[in-house]
Amino acid sequence: MPPYEFKEIMRQVYETGVRSFTLITLTGFITGFIFTKQSRPSLAAFGATSWLPSLVSIAILRALAPLVTALIASGKVGSSIGAELGSMRVTEQIDAMEVSGTKPFKFLVVTRVLATTIAIPVLATYTAFVALIGGYLNVAGNEGTSYRAFMSSVFDPITFLDFESSLIKSIVFGFTIGIVGCYQGYYSNKGTEGVGKAANGAVVTAMFLVFIEEIIIVQITGWFR
Amino acid sequence: MSKPKANIDYKNPVITIRGLYKAFGSMQVLRGIDLDLYQGENLVVLGRSGTGKSVLIKIISGLLRADKGEVNVLGHNMDTIPEKELQELRIRIGFSFQNSALYDSMTVRKNLEFPLVRNRKGMTRKEINKATETVLDAVGLLHTINQMPVELSGGQRKRVGIARTLILNPEIMLYDEPTAGLDPITCIEINDLINEVQQRFNTSSIIITHDLTCAKSTGDRVAMLLDGQFQRVGTFDEVFDTNDERVKPFFEYKFVD
Repeated sequence: MPPYEFKEIMRQVYETGVRSFTLITLTGFITGFIFTKQSRPSLAAFGATSWLPSLVSIAILRALAPLVTALIASGKVGSSIGAELGSMRVTEQIDAMEVSGTKPFKFLVVTRVLATTIAIPVLATYTAFVALIGGYLNVAGNEGTSYRAFMSSVFDPITFLDFESSLIKSIVFGFTIGIVGCYQGYYSNKGTEGVGKAANGAVVTAMFLVFIEEIIIVQITGWFR
Repeated sequence: MSKPKANIDYKNPVITIRGLYKAFGSMQVLRGIDLDLYQGENLVVLGRSGTGKSVLIKIISGLLRADKGEVNVLGHNMDTIPEKELQELRIRIGFSFQNSALYDSMTVRKNLEFPLVRNRKGMTRKEINKATETVLDAVGLLHTINQMPVELSGGQRKRVGIARTLILNPEIMLYDEPTAGLDPITCIEINDLINEVQQRFNTSSIIITHDLTCAKSTGDRVAMLLDGQFQRVGTFDEVFDTNDERVKPFFEYKFVD
Protein backbone atom coordinates (compact mmCIF):
# COMPACT_ATOMS: atom_id res chain seq x y z
CA MET A 1 0.00 0.00 0.00
CA PRO A 2 1.46 3.40 -0.89
CA PRO A 3 3.20 5.44 0.34
CA TYR A 4 6.09 2.97 0.35
CA GLU A 5 8.33 5.19 2.49
CA PHE A 6 11.27 4.44 0.18
CA LYS A 7 13.18 7.52 1.34
CA GLU A 8 12.72 6.60 4.98
CA ILE A 9 13.86 3.02 4.33
CA MET A 10 17.01 4.29 2.61
CA ARG A 11 17.62 6.73 5.46
CA GLN A 12 17.34 3.90 7.96
CA VAL A 13 19.63 1.64 5.90
CA TYR A 14 22.19 4.44 5.91
CA GLU A 15 21.75 4.99 9.65
CA THR A 16 22.13 1.27 10.34
CA GLY A 17 25.31 1.12 8.31
CA VAL A 18 26.83 4.27 9.75
CA ARG A 19 26.00 3.37 13.32
CA SER A 20 27.86 0.06 13.08
CA PHE A 21 30.54 0.77 10.49
CA THR A 22 33.48 1.75 12.69
CA LEU A 23 32.89 -0.91 15.30
CA ILE A 24 32.36 -3.60 12.67
CA THR A 25 35.55 -2.62 10.85
CA LEU A 26 37.54 -2.89 14.05
CA THR A 27 35.85 -6.04 15.32
CA GLY A 28 35.97 -7.78 11.94
CA PHE A 29 39.68 -7.09 11.52
CA ILE A 30 40.55 -8.21 15.05
CA THR A 31 38.39 -11.34 14.71
CA GLY A 32 40.19 -12.39 11.51
CA PHE A 33 43.61 -11.56 12.89
CA ILE A 34 43.14 -13.27 16.27
CA PHE A 35 41.35 -16.31 14.89
CA THR A 36 44.26 -16.89 12.48
CA LYS A 37 46.82 -16.39 15.22
CA GLN A 38 45.07 -18.76 17.64
CA SER A 39 44.49 -21.44 15.02
CA ARG A 40 48.13 -21.58 13.89
CA PRO A 41 49.58 -23.68 16.77
CA SER A 42 46.95 -26.42 16.34
CA LEU A 43 47.59 -26.70 12.61
CA ALA A 44 51.36 -26.38 13.09
CA ALA A 45 51.28 -29.46 15.36
CA PHE A 46 50.19 -31.46 12.27
CA GLY A 47 52.43 -29.53 9.90
CA ALA A 48 49.34 -28.12 8.23
CA THR A 49 49.82 -24.35 8.47
CA SER A 50 49.29 -24.19 4.71
CA TRP A 51 45.63 -24.97 5.48
CA LEU A 52 45.35 -21.83 7.57
CA PRO A 53 43.78 -19.61 4.84
CA SER A 54 41.18 -22.29 4.08
CA LEU A 55 40.34 -22.75 7.75
CA VAL A 56 40.09 -19.01 8.28
CA SER A 57 37.87 -18.49 5.25
CA ILE A 58 35.49 -21.33 6.19
CA ALA A 59 35.20 -20.07 9.75
CA ILE A 60 34.72 -16.46 8.73
CA LEU A 61 32.31 -16.95 5.86
CA ARG A 62 30.23 -19.72 7.38
CA ALA A 63 29.97 -18.51 10.95
CA LEU A 64 32.01 -15.59 12.25
CA ALA A 65 31.10 -12.80 9.83
CA PRO A 66 27.30 -13.09 10.12
CA LEU A 67 27.47 -13.79 13.84
CA VAL A 68 29.90 -11.01 14.77
CA THR A 69 27.96 -8.54 12.60
CA ALA A 70 24.66 -9.55 14.18
CA LEU A 71 26.03 -9.25 17.72
CA ILE A 72 27.55 -5.84 17.06
CA ALA A 73 24.38 -4.66 15.33
CA SER A 74 22.24 -5.98 18.20
CA GLY A 75 24.20 -3.74 20.54
CA LYS A 76 24.48 -0.68 18.33
CA VAL A 77 21.40 -0.75 16.10
CA GLY A 78 18.95 -2.81 18.18
CA SER A 79 19.44 -0.73 21.30
CA SER A 80 19.27 2.47 19.29
CA ILE A 81 15.96 1.48 17.66
CA GLY A 82 14.55 0.38 21.03
CA ALA A 83 15.55 3.62 22.72
CA GLU A 84 14.43 5.83 19.83
CA LEU A 85 10.97 4.30 19.49
CA GLY A 86 10.63 4.01 23.27
CA SER A 87 11.40 7.69 23.60
CA MET A 88 8.92 8.52 20.84
CA ARG A 89 6.28 6.49 22.66
CA VAL A 90 6.94 8.23 25.98
CA THR A 91 6.87 11.72 24.47
CA GLU A 92 3.65 10.92 22.55
CA GLN A 93 5.33 11.36 19.16
CA ILE A 94 3.87 8.03 18.03
CA ASP A 95 0.39 9.15 19.12
CA ALA A 96 0.97 12.42 17.27
CA MET A 97 1.68 10.50 14.08
CA GLU A 98 -1.44 8.43 14.55
CA VAL A 99 -3.75 11.39 15.08
CA SER A 100 -2.31 13.17 12.06
CA GLY A 101 -3.51 10.39 9.77
CA THR A 102 -0.18 8.57 9.42
CA LYS A 103 0.19 4.91 10.29
CA PRO A 104 3.13 4.97 12.72
CA PHE A 105 3.59 1.21 12.51
CA LYS A 106 4.26 1.44 8.80
CA PHE A 107 6.42 4.56 9.00
CA LEU A 108 8.46 3.60 12.05
CA VAL A 109 8.44 -0.18 12.35
CA VAL A 110 8.22 -1.50 8.79
CA THR A 111 10.92 0.88 7.55
CA ARG A 112 13.33 -0.03 10.34
CA VAL A 113 12.79 -3.78 10.02
CA LEU A 114 13.32 -3.59 6.25
CA ALA A 115 16.39 -1.43 6.78
CA THR A 116 18.08 -3.86 9.16
CA THR A 117 17.11 -6.79 6.94
CA ILE A 118 18.83 -5.08 4.01
CA ALA A 119 21.78 -3.57 5.88
CA ILE A 120 22.94 -6.52 8.00
CA PRO A 121 23.77 -8.81 5.02
CA VAL A 122 25.73 -5.94 3.45
CA LEU A 123 27.55 -5.33 6.72
CA ALA A 124 28.20 -9.07 7.15
CA THR A 125 29.81 -9.18 3.70
CA TYR A 126 31.96 -6.22 4.66
CA THR A 127 32.86 -7.90 7.97
CA ALA A 128 33.97 -11.02 6.09
CA PHE A 129 36.13 -8.90 3.81
CA VAL A 130 37.78 -7.03 6.70
CA ALA A 131 38.24 -10.24 8.71
CA LEU A 132 39.95 -11.89 5.76
CA ILE A 133 42.30 -8.93 5.52
CA GLY A 134 43.07 -9.38 9.21
CA GLY A 135 43.71 -13.08 8.60
CA TYR A 136 45.86 -12.33 5.56
CA LEU A 137 48.05 -9.83 7.44
CA ASN A 138 48.68 -12.42 10.13
CA VAL A 139 49.46 -15.18 7.63
CA ALA A 140 51.62 -12.88 5.52
CA GLY A 141 53.52 -11.75 8.60
CA ASN A 142 54.25 -15.27 9.78
CA GLU A 143 54.32 -17.48 6.71
CA GLY A 144 55.15 -14.83 4.11
CA THR A 145 52.26 -16.00 1.94
CA SER A 146 51.49 -13.72 -1.00
CA TYR A 147 48.12 -12.03 -1.34
CA ARG A 148 47.31 -13.98 -4.50
CA ALA A 149 48.16 -17.35 -2.91
CA PHE A 150 46.18 -16.47 0.22
CA MET A 151 43.08 -15.48 -1.75
CA SER A 152 43.33 -18.59 -3.90
CA SER A 153 43.37 -20.77 -0.76
CA VAL A 154 40.57 -18.74 0.79
CA PHE A 155 38.09 -19.38 -2.01
CA ASP A 156 39.11 -23.00 -2.74
CA PRO A 157 37.00 -24.67 -0.02
CA ILE A 158 34.07 -22.27 -0.26
CA THR A 159 30.95 -23.60 -1.93
CA PHE A 160 27.82 -21.85 -3.14
CA LEU A 161 25.99 -23.32 -0.15
CA ASP A 162 28.37 -21.46 2.17
CA PHE A 163 27.54 -18.13 0.56
CA GLU A 164 23.88 -19.00 0.49
CA SER A 165 23.62 -20.04 4.14
CA SER A 166 25.69 -17.05 5.22
CA LEU A 167 23.39 -14.70 3.31
CA ILE A 168 20.23 -16.32 4.66
CA LYS A 169 21.63 -16.16 8.18
CA SER A 170 22.41 -12.45 7.82
CA ILE A 171 18.94 -11.73 6.48
CA VAL A 172 17.32 -13.63 9.36
CA PHE A 173 19.59 -11.89 11.89
CA GLY A 174 18.83 -8.48 10.37
CA PHE A 175 15.10 -9.10 10.49
CA THR A 176 15.37 -10.30 14.09
CA ILE A 177 17.37 -7.28 15.24
CA GLY A 178 14.91 -4.92 13.57
CA ILE A 179 11.75 -6.59 14.80
CA VAL A 180 12.99 -7.03 18.37
CA GLY A 181 14.24 -3.43 18.63
CA CYS A 182 10.99 -2.10 17.20
CA TYR A 183 8.81 -4.30 19.39
CA GLN A 184 10.65 -3.30 22.56
CA GLY A 185 10.52 0.39 21.71
CA TYR A 186 7.08 0.61 20.15
CA TYR A 187 5.38 -1.12 23.06
CA SER A 188 7.47 0.39 25.84
CA ASN A 189 5.76 2.17 28.70
CA LYS A 190 6.51 3.37 32.23
CA GLY A 191 8.13 6.63 31.12
CA THR A 192 11.86 7.12 30.95
CA GLU A 193 12.43 3.88 32.85
CA GLY A 194 10.63 2.14 30.00
CA VAL A 195 13.01 3.67 27.45
CA GLY A 196 16.01 2.18 29.27
CA LYS A 197 14.27 -1.17 29.52
CA ALA A 198 13.37 -1.07 25.84
CA ALA A 199 16.98 -0.44 24.84
CA ASN A 200 18.29 -3.13 27.16
CA GLY A 201 15.56 -5.59 26.21
CA ALA A 202 16.27 -5.06 22.53
CA VAL A 203 19.95 -5.99 22.95
CA VAL A 204 19.47 -8.97 25.25
CA THR A 205 16.54 -10.50 23.35
CA ALA A 206 18.10 -9.94 19.92
CA MET A 207 21.42 -11.51 20.97
CA PHE A 208 19.66 -14.49 22.49
CA LEU A 209 17.54 -15.03 19.39
CA VAL A 210 20.55 -14.62 17.09
CA PHE A 211 22.33 -17.50 18.86
CA ILE A 212 19.21 -19.68 18.71
CA GLU A 213 18.79 -18.93 15.00
CA GLU A 214 22.49 -19.64 14.41
CA ILE A 215 22.05 -23.13 15.87
CA ILE A 216 18.91 -23.80 13.85
CA ILE A 217 20.34 -22.56 10.53
CA VAL A 218 23.60 -24.46 11.04
CA GLN A 219 21.58 -27.64 11.65
CA ILE A 220 19.44 -27.10 8.57
CA THR A 221 22.46 -26.26 6.40
CA GLY A 222 24.14 -29.42 7.68
CA TRP A 223 21.38 -31.53 6.14
CA PHE A 224 22.20 -30.12 2.70
CA ARG A 225 25.94 -30.72 2.87
CA MET B 1 -8.09 38.32 29.07
CA SER B 2 -11.72 38.72 27.97
CA LYS B 3 -12.98 36.07 25.61
CA PRO B 4 -13.82 37.33 22.09
CA LYS B 5 -17.37 36.59 21.00
CA ALA B 6 -17.54 33.39 19.01
CA ASN B 7 -19.87 32.42 16.21
CA ILE B 8 -21.38 29.25 17.70
CA ASP B 9 -24.06 27.16 16.01
CA TYR B 10 -25.89 25.58 18.94
CA LYS B 11 -28.05 23.51 16.59
CA ASN B 12 -25.05 21.72 15.16
CA PRO B 13 -23.07 19.54 17.59
CA VAL B 14 -19.78 18.28 16.13
CA ILE B 15 -19.11 15.95 19.06
CA THR B 16 -21.79 14.09 21.00
CA ILE B 17 -20.94 11.85 23.92
CA ARG B 18 -23.46 9.79 25.84
CA GLY B 19 -22.87 7.53 28.86
CA LEU B 20 -19.11 7.21 28.36
CA TYR B 21 -17.25 4.85 30.68
CA LYS B 22 -13.54 4.07 30.76
CA ALA B 23 -11.48 2.10 33.27
CA PHE B 24 -7.83 1.11 33.46
CA GLY B 25 -7.72 -2.19 35.31
CA SER B 26 -9.66 -1.72 38.53
CA MET B 27 -9.47 2.08 38.32
CA GLN B 28 -12.67 3.55 36.91
CA VAL B 29 -11.69 6.89 35.34
CA LEU B 30 -14.80 8.02 33.46
CA ARG B 31 -18.21 7.13 34.89
CA GLY B 32 -20.96 8.09 32.49
CA ILE B 33 -19.85 11.22 30.65
CA ASP B 34 -22.43 13.15 28.60
CA LEU B 35 -21.18 16.01 26.45
CA ASP B 36 -22.01 18.08 23.37
CA LEU B 37 -19.50 20.29 21.56
CA TYR B 38 -21.14 22.71 19.16
CA GLN B 39 -19.85 24.05 15.86
CA GLY B 40 -17.52 27.00 16.52
CA GLU B 41 -17.46 26.53 20.30
CA ASN B 42 -14.50 26.44 22.68
CA LEU B 43 -15.34 24.04 25.50
CA VAL B 44 -12.96 23.88 28.44
CA VAL B 45 -12.79 20.68 30.46
CA LEU B 46 -11.57 21.56 33.93
CA GLY B 47 -10.49 19.13 36.55
CA ARG B 48 -7.68 18.13 38.83
CA SER B 49 -4.78 16.03 37.58
CA GLY B 50 -5.60 12.37 37.10
CA THR B 51 -9.34 12.82 36.72
CA GLY B 52 -9.44 11.48 33.15
CA LYS B 53 -9.48 14.72 31.17
CA SER B 54 -6.79 13.59 28.73
CA VAL B 55 -8.40 10.14 28.51
CA LEU B 56 -11.57 11.83 27.28
CA ILE B 57 -9.91 13.55 24.31
CA LYS B 58 -7.86 10.44 23.51
CA ILE B 59 -11.15 8.57 23.18
CA ILE B 60 -12.53 11.35 20.98
CA SER B 61 -9.49 11.13 18.69
CA GLY B 62 -9.61 7.33 18.57
CA LEU B 63 -6.34 6.80 20.43
CA LEU B 64 -8.24 4.95 23.17
CA ARG B 65 -11.45 2.97 23.02
CA ALA B 66 -14.35 3.51 25.37
CA ASP B 67 -15.51 0.62 27.55
CA LYS B 68 -19.14 1.68 27.28
CA GLY B 69 -21.13 4.55 25.84
CA GLU B 70 -21.42 6.35 22.54
CA VAL B 71 -18.95 8.84 21.11
CA ASN B 72 -20.02 10.56 17.92
CA VAL B 73 -17.49 12.78 16.15
CA LEU B 74 -18.47 14.70 12.98
CA GLY B 75 -21.21 12.14 12.37
CA HIS B 76 -19.02 9.07 12.94
CA ASN B 77 -19.53 6.61 15.76
CA MET B 78 -16.03 6.08 17.16
CA ASP B 79 -16.87 2.57 18.35
CA THR B 80 -17.88 1.20 14.97
CA ILE B 81 -15.89 3.37 12.58
CA PRO B 82 -13.77 1.30 10.13
CA GLU B 83 -9.99 1.84 10.24
CA LYS B 84 -9.83 3.59 6.87
CA GLU B 85 -12.58 6.05 7.79
CA LEU B 86 -10.91 6.67 11.15
CA GLN B 87 -7.71 7.64 9.32
CA GLU B 88 -9.69 10.12 7.22
CA LEU B 89 -11.60 11.44 10.23
CA ARG B 90 -8.38 12.06 12.13
CA ILE B 91 -7.27 14.50 9.47
CA ARG B 92 -10.32 16.59 10.40
CA ILE B 93 -9.32 16.59 14.09
CA GLY B 94 -6.28 18.48 15.35
CA PHE B 95 -4.64 17.23 18.53
CA SER B 96 -2.27 19.50 20.43
CA PHE B 97 -0.33 17.37 22.91
CA GLN B 98 0.65 18.41 26.42
CA ASN B 99 4.36 18.08 25.64
CA SER B 100 3.89 19.23 22.04
CA ALA B 101 5.09 15.82 20.75
CA LEU B 102 7.26 17.39 18.06
CA TYR B 103 9.34 14.88 16.11
CA ASP B 104 12.82 15.27 17.61
CA SER B 105 14.67 14.12 14.52
CA MET B 106 13.01 16.65 12.20
CA THR B 107 13.32 20.40 11.79
CA VAL B 108 10.29 22.60 12.44
CA ARG B 109 9.67 22.69 8.67
CA LYS B 110 9.77 18.89 8.39
CA ASN B 111 7.51 18.57 11.44
CA LEU B 112 4.89 20.71 9.73
CA GLU B 113 5.32 19.07 6.35
CA PHE B 114 4.98 15.56 7.76
CA PRO B 115 1.16 15.40 8.03
CA LEU B 116 0.78 17.45 4.87
CA VAL B 117 2.93 15.25 2.64
CA ARG B 118 1.12 12.14 3.84
CA ASN B 119 -2.43 13.40 3.67
CA ARG B 120 -2.54 15.90 0.83
CA LYS B 121 -1.37 13.94 -2.16
CA GLY B 122 -0.57 15.84 -5.30
CA MET B 123 0.61 19.06 -3.64
CA THR B 124 3.59 20.63 -5.33
CA ARG B 125 6.73 21.53 -3.40
CA LYS B 126 5.83 25.20 -3.81
CA GLU B 127 2.35 24.64 -2.34
CA ILE B 128 3.77 22.65 0.58
CA ASN B 129 6.30 25.41 1.33
CA LYS B 130 3.60 28.06 1.17
CA ALA B 131 1.22 26.14 3.46
CA THR B 132 4.04 25.49 5.95
CA GLU B 133 5.17 29.11 6.03
CA THR B 134 1.61 30.45 6.25
CA VAL B 135 0.64 28.33 9.24
CA LEU B 136 3.95 28.95 11.00
CA ASP B 137 3.51 32.67 10.43
CA ALA B 138 0.02 32.40 11.94
CA VAL B 139 1.57 31.25 15.22
CA GLY B 140 4.30 33.90 14.94
CA LEU B 141 7.24 31.53 14.55
CA LEU B 142 8.25 31.76 10.91
CA HIS B 143 11.81 32.56 11.97
CA THR B 144 12.17 29.13 13.61
CA ILE B 145 11.39 27.19 10.43
CA ASN B 146 14.84 25.63 10.09
CA GLN B 147 15.43 25.02 13.79
CA MET B 148 15.28 21.67 15.55
CA PRO B 149 12.61 21.19 18.28
CA VAL B 150 15.33 20.96 20.93
CA GLU B 151 16.34 24.55 20.14
CA LEU B 152 12.86 25.91 20.91
CA SER B 153 11.48 27.15 24.23
CA GLY B 154 8.47 25.46 25.86
CA GLY B 155 6.07 28.11 24.56
CA GLN B 156 7.53 27.92 21.06
CA ARG B 157 7.18 24.15 21.06
CA LYS B 158 3.51 24.48 21.99
CA ARG B 159 2.96 26.97 19.18
CA VAL B 160 4.72 24.77 16.63
CA GLY B 161 2.66 21.80 17.87
CA ILE B 162 -0.51 23.81 17.31
CA ALA B 163 0.74 24.93 13.89
CA ARG B 164 1.37 21.31 12.93
CA THR B 165 -2.23 20.42 13.70
CA LEU B 166 -3.56 23.52 11.91
CA ILE B 167 -1.78 22.71 8.67
CA LEU B 168 -4.45 20.14 7.80
CA ASN B 169 -7.25 22.69 8.42
CA PRO B 170 -8.99 20.64 11.12
CA GLU B 171 -12.64 21.24 12.01
CA ILE B 172 -12.08 20.22 15.62
CA MET B 173 -9.12 21.11 17.84
CA LEU B 174 -8.29 19.12 20.96
CA TYR B 175 -5.84 20.89 23.29
CA ASP B 176 -4.30 18.79 26.04
CA GLU B 177 -3.08 21.10 28.83
CA PRO B 178 -1.98 23.88 26.46
CA THR B 179 -0.54 26.08 29.21
CA ALA B 180 1.01 23.42 31.44
CA GLY B 181 4.56 24.22 32.46
CA LEU B 182 4.63 27.68 30.89
CA ASP B 183 5.31 31.07 32.47
CA PRO B 184 2.29 33.41 32.95
CA ILE B 185 3.16 35.65 30.00
CA THR B 186 3.52 32.70 27.63
CA CYS B 187 0.26 31.28 29.03
CA ILE B 188 -1.53 34.47 28.00
CA GLU B 189 0.03 34.23 24.54
CA ILE B 190 -1.13 30.63 24.16
CA ASN B 191 -4.64 31.53 25.36
CA ASP B 192 -4.76 34.34 22.80
CA LEU B 193 -3.57 31.91 20.13
CA ILE B 194 -6.34 29.44 21.02
CA ASN B 195 -8.92 32.20 20.61
CA GLU B 196 -7.30 33.36 17.40
CA VAL B 197 -7.41 29.81 16.01
CA GLN B 198 -11.13 29.65 16.88
CA GLN B 199 -11.83 32.93 15.08
CA ARG B 200 -9.51 32.55 12.11
CA PHE B 201 -9.89 28.86 11.32
CA ASN B 202 -13.50 28.54 12.55
CA THR B 203 -12.68 25.49 14.66
CA SER B 204 -14.62 23.84 17.46
CA SER B 205 -12.31 23.02 20.35
CA ILE B 206 -12.05 21.06 23.55
CA ILE B 207 -9.43 22.52 25.86
CA ILE B 208 -8.24 20.29 28.66
CA THR B 209 -6.74 22.25 31.52
CA HIS B 210 -6.55 22.83 35.24
CA ASP B 211 -5.48 26.44 34.66
CA LEU B 212 -8.38 28.74 35.62
CA THR B 213 -6.96 31.70 33.67
CA CYS B 214 -6.85 29.56 30.55
CA ALA B 215 -10.39 28.31 31.24
CA LYS B 216 -11.77 31.81 31.72
CA SER B 217 -10.03 33.40 28.75
CA THR B 218 -10.59 30.65 26.17
CA GLY B 219 -13.81 28.85 27.11
CA ASP B 220 -17.27 29.66 25.78
CA ARG B 221 -18.42 26.96 28.17
CA VAL B 222 -16.65 25.17 30.99
CA ALA B 223 -17.29 21.58 32.05
CA MET B 224 -16.08 20.56 35.51
CA LEU B 225 -14.92 16.95 35.64
CA LEU B 226 -15.11 15.43 39.11
CA ASP B 227 -15.26 11.79 40.14
CA GLY B 228 -15.42 10.69 36.51
CA GLN B 229 -18.48 12.80 35.65
CA PHE B 230 -19.22 16.36 34.58
CA GLN B 231 -20.59 17.89 37.77
CA ARG B 232 -21.18 21.36 36.36
CA VAL B 233 -21.37 22.62 32.78
CA GLY B 234 -21.97 26.23 31.76
CA THR B 235 -20.21 29.54 31.35
CA PHE B 236 -17.20 30.15 33.59
CA ASP B 237 -19.28 32.32 35.92
CA GLU B 238 -22.13 29.80 36.07
CA VAL B 239 -19.77 26.99 37.00
CA PHE B 240 -18.02 29.23 39.52
CA ASP B 241 -21.30 30.28 41.18
CA THR B 242 -21.82 27.22 43.34
CA ASN B 243 -21.78 26.02 46.91
CA ASP B 244 -20.75 22.53 45.86
CA GLU B 245 -18.00 21.65 48.32
CA ARG B 246 -16.26 19.51 45.72
CA VAL B 247 -16.09 22.40 43.23
CA LYS B 248 -15.46 25.38 45.50
CA PRO B 249 -11.91 24.51 46.62
CA PHE B 250 -10.89 24.44 42.99
CA PHE B 251 -11.72 28.13 42.61
CA GLU B 252 -10.39 29.37 45.90
CA TYR B 253 -7.17 31.19 45.18
CA LYS B 254 -4.74 31.47 48.01
CA PHE B 255 -1.55 33.42 47.56
CA VAL B 256 1.32 32.57 49.85
CA ASP B 257 3.60 35.45 50.85
